[in-house]
Amino acid sequence: MTLALLVRRSLRQHLLSTVVTALSLAMAGGLLMSVWVVRKQARETFTGQTGAWDAVLGARGAKLQLVLNALFHLEASAGNVAFSDFEAVATNRAVAFAVPIAVGDNYFGYRIVGTRTNLFTEAEASPGRRFQVGKGGRLFEDGYREAVVGSFVASRLGLKVGETFRPYHGLNFNPKEQHEDEYLVTGILEPSNTPADRVIWIPLEGLQNMTGHAAATATDVSAVLVKLRSPIAGQQLDLMYNKQGNRLTFAWPLGAVLSQLFDKMGWFDKVLELVAYLVVLVAAGSVLASIYNSMSARRRDIAILRALGARRSTVFSAIVLEAAAVAALGMLGALVCHFGFLSVAAGVIRSQTGVVLEVWSWDPILVIAPLGLVLLGALAGVVPALKAYRSPVAENLVPES
Amino acid sequence: MPVLEIEELKKAFVPPGGTAPVPVVDIGSFSLEAGEQVALSGSSGSGKTTLLHLVAGILAADSGRVCVAGSDMTSLGEAGRDRLRAESIGYIFQTFNLLQGYSCLENVLLGMSFGPGADMAHARSLLGRVGLSDRLDYLPRQLSTGQQQRVAVARAVANRPRLVLADEPTGNLDPSNARQALELIRGICTENNAALLLVSHDPAVLASFKRVVSLTELNRAARKEVAL
Repeated sequence: MTLALLVRRSLRQHLLSTVVTALSLAMAGGLLMSVWVVRKQARETFTGQTGAWDAVLGARGAKLQLVLNALFHLEASAGNVAFSDFEAVATNRAVAFAVPIAVGDNYFGYRIVGTRTNLFTEAEASPGRRFQVGKGGRLFEDGYREAVVGSFVASRLGLKVGETFRPYHGLNFNPKEQHEDEYLVTGILEPSNTPADRVIWIPLEGLQNMTGHAAATATDVSAVLVKLRSPIAGQQLDLMYNKQGNRLTFAWPLGAVLSQLFDKMGWFDKVLELVAYLVVLVAAGSVLASIYNSMSARRRDIAILRALGARRSTVFSAIVLEAAAVAALGMLGALVCHFGFLSVAAGVIRSQTGVVLEVWSWDPILVIAPLGLVLLGALAGVVPALKAYRSPVAENLVPES
Repeated sequence: MPVLEIEELKKAFVPPGGTAPVPVVDIGSFSLEAGEQVALSGSSGSGKTTLLHLVAGILAADSGRVCVAGSDMTSLGEAGRDRLRAESIGYIFQTFNLLQGYSCLENVLLGMSFGPGADMAHARSLLGRVGLSDRLDYLPRQLSTGQQQRVAVARAVANRPRLVLADEPTGNLDPSNARQALELIRGICTENNAALLLVSHDPAVLASFKRVVSLTELNRAARKEVAL
């Protein structure tokens, strides 16, 4: 009771420094947790974001670029794949089914991807979940100038069923390069929390034959999404395309390919982590500084407490507990900051990649980091506590004039 | 058995800029029985506050013996002196030394918590006894000087100490408040059968005590100072 009262009153007496120090700890703790969670979730979500697909077949080039282009609708296509190559892989006995995609156009910066309706009817958006078209809409019909719009694009551009639009040439928006072809929106996809939400889907032939596209490559596709019959089938096709062939790239297994992305960003991860640790150390230093600097103002109170019979250990414990209490208050704020930072980061990542991070998901770091920081705060309190411990009683009982 | 017994108590300090310790307290023998009330008179610099600090165990003696309620203060370590002070000694300071961030009630409760333990009912009753039952949650700065001294008195006697030390308790009060504070201190000590050692240089205060001891006479170090 005594220690609790001493800590509570001291926090109140030094309210401004308590609040400022707790806020700096809140920012530090929030940053540390956010960096940790974003990094972990981004890796897990990206590598697990391959939906129902086991592999991607594309032009000869980097596997990572191929996967980012075909599944995440990022990066440029490495080149085209002849339609005959699509047919060959689609009819291979090792393949359960294959869907072609073609890219090359956009609508206000959002990619337009040509594909076939079996992407929506046979494939899964994510494990155990198929794509759904929202109420009042339907899938496009192959061969027609119709489009199904991803939920994110629809909300951003305000596209509705029954409206028409004219695509722009290229992957980047250029108002001078609008195609003549007009597409009718037949449906809006329900949010799938996958990169498909950031895409406008049209029939494969529509993109291949868009006015202005080269007629010589009109039957080519950009990549083929592949569902294998068994894991062993991947090894056979890997051997066939990557080792024996030299025209195409077979990106498989997708998880391993995507982890290359994070391996390449490893240095950035480390820098971010280091910055977060430094911020935490600075915040712990601020606990030490704020309490240490207030020690001269507390000298008399400490002397009075000692004159009343408080032991040195009581005074020491009260200061350490106060530092821990400031850190604990900071950690309450840190959780708020964490969810704030994560919400912003998740919004940015979603708008840029379509990958959705779970803001409210549980992670052990949400307990480990606050506990660690409270401990660090308590440790920071040891230095001023030692000063209080050694504070002479008799000479400090005299009021300051 | 006396509540306070002092034998050959010595304390010296090295003055600022000096090298050799200068004796401040040098007392041959002094004792105080339970319920006895003694006033110590002495001029400024006669070692009054140092003596009270030695008796309270706030300062450690260089040599000699101070027994409080049967325990030899000088043979105890710092933690032991803290415990003995909390349980057996009440200390009233000239400047009250109330904790400014704590209410009246909390000041009294804190004083109790280092001794036998906080007793809310007793703390309230004591503050009522000193006429502050309607000021329990007031901070010291919200009280008059006289009221602050009464809180200090309540805090000092809250643990029912065997010995109450009062260092110029009326020094900062006007005559009316000084008289009331003195009556309060002496009255509560009488009720609790506590020994009172009160330091003052106020003739009116000293005149109200049956036993007045001159510190200049008692303290050999002070005598030398006067002789010089």
